Amino acid sequence: MTDTSSVHSDGHSDEGRVDVYLDHAASTPMRAEAVTAMTGRLALFGNASALHASGRAARRVVEESREAIARALGCRPGEVVFTSGGTESDNLAVKGLYWARRDADPRRTRVLSTTIEHHAVLDALHWLGAHEGADVELLPVDRLGRVDLAALRAGVERDPDSVALVSVMWANNEVGTVQPVGEVVAIAHEHGIPVHTDAVQAVGQVPVDFAAVGVDALTFTAHKLGGPKGVGALVVRRELDVTPQLHGGGQERDIRSGTLDTPAIAGFAAAVEVAVAQQPQRAVELADLRDRLVASVQARVPDASLNGDPVHRLPGNAHLSFAGCEGDSLLMLLDARGIACSTGSACSAGVPQPSHVLLAMGYDDEHARGSLRLTLGHTSTGRDVDALLDAIAPVVERARDAGGVTRKAG
Amino acid sequence: MSGGVDSAVAAARAADAGHDVTGVHLALSRNPRSYRTGARGCCTLEDANDARRAADVIAIPFYVWDLSDRFHEDVVEDFVAEYAAGRTPNPCLRCNEKIKFAAVLDKAVALGFDAVATGHYARLVADSHGEVQLHRSVDAAKDQSYVLGVLTQDQLRHAMFPLGDSLKQDVRAEAERRGLRVAAKPDSHDICFIPDGDTAGWLRERLGSSSGTVVDHATGAVLGTHQGSYGFTVGQRRGLGIEAPAGDGRPRYVLDIEPVTRTVTVGPREELGVDRLEGIRPRWCGAAPSGPVSGGTVQLRAHGGEHRARVTVDGERVLVDLLDPAQGVAAGQAAVVYDGTRVVGSCTIARATRG
Repeated sequence: MTDTSSVHSDGHSDEGRVDVYLDHAASTPMRAEAVTAMTGRLALFGNASALHASGRAARRVVEESREAIARALGCRPGEVVFTSGGTESDNLAVKGLYWARRDADPRRTRVLSTTIEHHAVLDALHWLGAHEGADVELLPVDRLGRVDLAALRAGVERDPDSVALVSVMWANNEVGTVQPVGEVVAIAHEHGIPVHTDAVQAVGQVPVDFAAVGVDALTFTAHKLGGPKGVGALVVRRELDVTPQLHGGGQERDIRSGTLDTPAIAGFAAAVEVAVAQQPQRAVELADLRDRLVASVQARVPDASLNGDPVHRLPGNAHLSFAGCEGDSLLMLLDARGIACSTGSACSAGVPQPSHVLLAMGYDDEHARGSLRLTLGHTSTGRDVDALLDAIAPVVERARDAGGVTRKAG
Repeated sequence: MSGGVDSAVAAARAADAGHDVTGVHLALSRNPRSYRTGARGCCTLEDANDARRAADVIAIPFYVWDLSDRFHEDVVEDFVAEYAAGRTPNPCLRCNEKIKFAAVLDKAVALGFDAVATGHYARLVADSHGEVQLHRSVDAAKDQSYVLGVLTQDQLRHAMFPLGDSLKQDVRAEAERRGLRVAAKPDSHDICFIPDGDTAGWLRERLGSSSGTVVDHATGAVLGTHQGSYGFTVGQRRGLGIEAPAGDGRPRYVLDIEPVTRTVTVGPREELGVDRLEGIRPRWCGAAPSGPVSGGTVQLRAHGGEHRARVTVDGERVLVDLLDPAQGVAAGQAAVVYDGTRVVGSCTIARATRG
């Protein structure tokens, strides 16, 4: 009964479209090195667990990849557990650590995390609460999206023996705020509580050193840093017990089962090596580009406001709210001009919901709905920013006209 | 794009005609599962995916627009209020008037679009004065001009009905040819927000139970009790909850519903006949007529037949004298006035009587 389509006569044709990709936080193009590494191994069919020559050839690629990733991330090769990606790694970390810690001591049923985690963590925690007796406490964040460390300390010290784990993301996927992970670790480790961090957005954007920061488990994934989709890893400290969720051949330290995807792992490792090697210089360039983007958008749309922490921030992230606009109208109008971005909000059946992250930061529903996430990555150039700047003022004006239409009654 | 075959082909034809088309699926419930789960084994999430796939095949952009607040206020709450007042509304007309060709159209125009195209079976014809006329579809069995009878000239000017010149069977065949996987998807018939078609049960959940009596129209004798007068509609025969059969053994029908006393009056079929309707809230497709309306025929329900009628307009009141009497006409239904195949306009029936 909802049979509606709209007809457009604005005159922009596909030939006239510019392809401007400002959604690198959703996924970023594969790096040439990753494409080469991966395609070069597509015919390498051996099972990495097999004992014959064909298996050994695959195994060698997997282990060299593991070593390369370990070098880039500051961990030991044996600590890298390959998974299918960020969601699986988050689920494995949160559920696996909870189960293992609670089994070792039944008092440990509390999990401390934050209100702004990705749904791969939040929903896993809710599930543990609903089905496994977990007592989930989500710590508040401030207006900039930084976790309240005093609340964390108070939560831990209230009864340290009952805490199974702490999970705090390294950097937020929507507003780009970088969390004080080192301080989180310091507080938790005073009481021997393990810390997991979702670093999906962080690796390749900011320096990430597993050993130096001291976390016990770290999630990251290939396709956010120029590798293929469908492969990621959970880095887990070697001595830490993690209860598996996928049972089978026990290929990955008995923590994770399933035949490894050799070509994808090769592409993953190649992408990690390049992304991490280029990170220091690239972060400076991206931050410059991002700062120009934000300043120039605000010059054209004076009431556009930046969400998130201006200092502790991913270099590629610009998250802006436009008063009186619906984010999905902005997205549609920019898409029609060949500019890809995101509202950064979760969807069910494609229905935009106000972002739980912005609501947790204390913004109201209207502010949350009028937001746009523009994220830069390894292929971004000044031309992308220029194209956005050409489009943004008329797009915002038009979205503002449409803004109130579906909200008001009658 | 509902996820059905009609809106998919309508979008494809609009794109073929050279328009710059964007597909829009309307999310009418915040919780996409609540309204339709179980209906024909389908639900809104699947419909949205079907619509998205169709848009992919047609190669047009596709978005979901959240109209749930407006739909709830303007269609669902109105539907409940009308039933509570003893009337029988048609929510599809209401949705076309308030949502598809109002909320959606306004937003689309603000965003730079020129028109809303839908998969309705109806035709738009420009007359010699530059007015846009709404006509019946060439497929008499599928004609949907009745549910569009609430549209004004301004709304019609921003409407496109690419299927109006086609037969449904040809639309399905075309969908198949175009590789649209919804080609064989069943038509929707239910009220979209009542998943299992149990309108009385759905209303009971919202209005609660409030008992009343079922009385005989001639004797006034109480024949039974009921748990809510909104469970009845004029002309209804089944489920009257009468214990004793009628003296003459003939079936009885609901003749009248009195919402304040919750009295439901029943009687024999011949008592259902009416030949005089009084309409309010007129909506005209062109300039508002005054006095007698030429060539009047009226249609009283979505799949009902035409009745020859003398229609007279007196400002906001419309009087309809039916030359072919109608049966089981309930207050709240829309009377859509036709001149041949052309829709003149519509009104909401306030009273139906026998002259």
